[in-house]
Amino acid sequence: MDQITNLLAIMLGAILANNFIFSQFLGICPFLGVSKKVDTAVGMGIAVTFVMGLASAVCYVVNQFVLIKFGLEYMQTVTFILVIASLVQFIEMFLQKSMPSLYTALGIYLPLITTNCAVLGVVLLNVQNSYGFIESVVYGITGGLGFLLAIVLFASIRERLVFADYPKAFEGFPIALVTAGLMALAFMGFSGLKVW
Amino acid sequence: MANVIAAIAVLSILGALFGLVLAVASKVFEVKKDPREEEILSHLAGANCGGCGFPGCSGCAAAILAGTAPVTACAPAGPENAAAIAKIMGQEAPSGERKIAFVRCNGGTNAVKRFEYRGVHDCISATKVAAGPLECAFGCLGFGSCVQACQFGAMSIGPNGAAVVDPDKCTDCMACAHACPRHLITEVPVSKKVHVACANQDKGKAAMSVCSNSCIGCGLCQKECKKDAIHVVNGVAVIDYDKCVGCKLCTKVCPRDAILPVATAEEKEKYKAIKKAQAEKAAAAKAAAAKAADETAGTAQ
Repeated sequence: MDQITNLLAIMLGAILANNFIFSQFLGICPFLGVSKKVDTAVGMGIAVTFVMGLASAVCYVVNQFVLIKFGLEYMQTVTFILVIASLVQFIEMFLQKSMPSLYTALGIYLPLITTNCAVLGVVLLNVQNSYGFIESVVYGITGGLGFLLAIVLFASIRERLVFADYPKAFEGFPIALVTAGLMALAFMGFSGLKVW
Repeated sequence: MANVIAAIAVLSILGALFGLVLAVASKVFEVKKDPREEEILSHLAGANCGGCGFPGCSGCAAAILAGTAPVTACAPAGPENAAAIAKIMGQEAPSGERKIAFVRCNGGTNAVKRFEYRGVHDCISATKVAAGPLECAFGCLGFGSCVQACQFGAMSIGPNGAAVVDPDKCTDCMACAHACPRHLITEVPVSKKVHVACANQDKGKAAMSVCSNSCIGCGLCQKECKKDAIHVVNGVAVIDYDKCVGCKLCTKVCPRDAILPVATAEEKEKYKAIKKAQAEKAAAAKAAAAKAADETAGTAQ
């Protein structure tokens, strides 16, 4: 029971209270870059969720059975980057073969997941919080879901913003940044959330 | 020391392992690509400058292959590479003639004003006030919306108040054409120097009363042209740049000075004199021929 409560707390934290974008400010680049259309935002969110979950699992194994075993914990960052880069390459090939439409929709942003700090962030946080394997994977996937939630909400707002009447000086990125800031403020409301 | 070696070894082994997985994956998930895409890519500039409007050179190559971009899409690659790409695509080599923007109005201060506009200094705003301050519904307003739109400093308001293009700076992006509420800006080949600088489609008196430089559709230029390169279409003269050789005869006969480069009064007089002499000569020759014919007829009798 304790285990389940713990996992639920991790989930809730990753999706709402400690949302990767709105409260940790990780992964802002794809968040701003691929949020013009809801369709591509969903694709990007799913891809990031997938990579974050997989990276959490692989990095946990690598960390636990290679780095700690050889006493090389100080190599975590560089090793994790290696793991993530390979994973993204792998997923890119996989998508190009099996889902070409999603591959073209994600375009340049798919390789950019390599440098998406949310992915590196989640694996480093796993180590920092000394999560176990299941906890790591759950944190990775729900962190990705939090990213998905944020980017889809943001993309829906931006789709409507196109038709809004705002000053010319705010056109494009400025209005997007203002919107993102307001959404981050709204998400701060979740930080008081205490269910258990 | 052992620590360092262990670190290097672990990272190398990990790297090799992932590399192996990726190598296998690249075989398993291999996607057959059109080999022409690689060939086209090799003929692009390779700078990933984004000037073509596609995400990088590979995006441009894919667009050329798909037919959504012209073979000349990569300007920095130059005409030789465009020709090579055209060959790959099985098309004829593009002519490569650079085009520039041209403002089809030389009215400016010569155009009759209906009222003094003192609003926002912008052509679109000006046209919103009682259809603009000019009597001419086609003329350049001279508030410089095109100058604002030009990213290359190629547009300016000329000395007589109408917009002009600097042919050296113009990159044919046509941003000015989109900014002009009167749709006065067209593309012309850079080597052609003779242009009709009026877009007024009214005829005769209606066109004459609004501007001293208006094309009234009289058709003198059309008659004068030896190459059949200028025609009055919808009340305004239009040059066919494929036929025009730039002899400037039309500029000399235009009674409205609507064709650029505007001929000076001297040039016009000179041309008139030459024409008169030619006409006289032709008349004399005709008379002589008639006389000779008469004589031969007489002797025959």
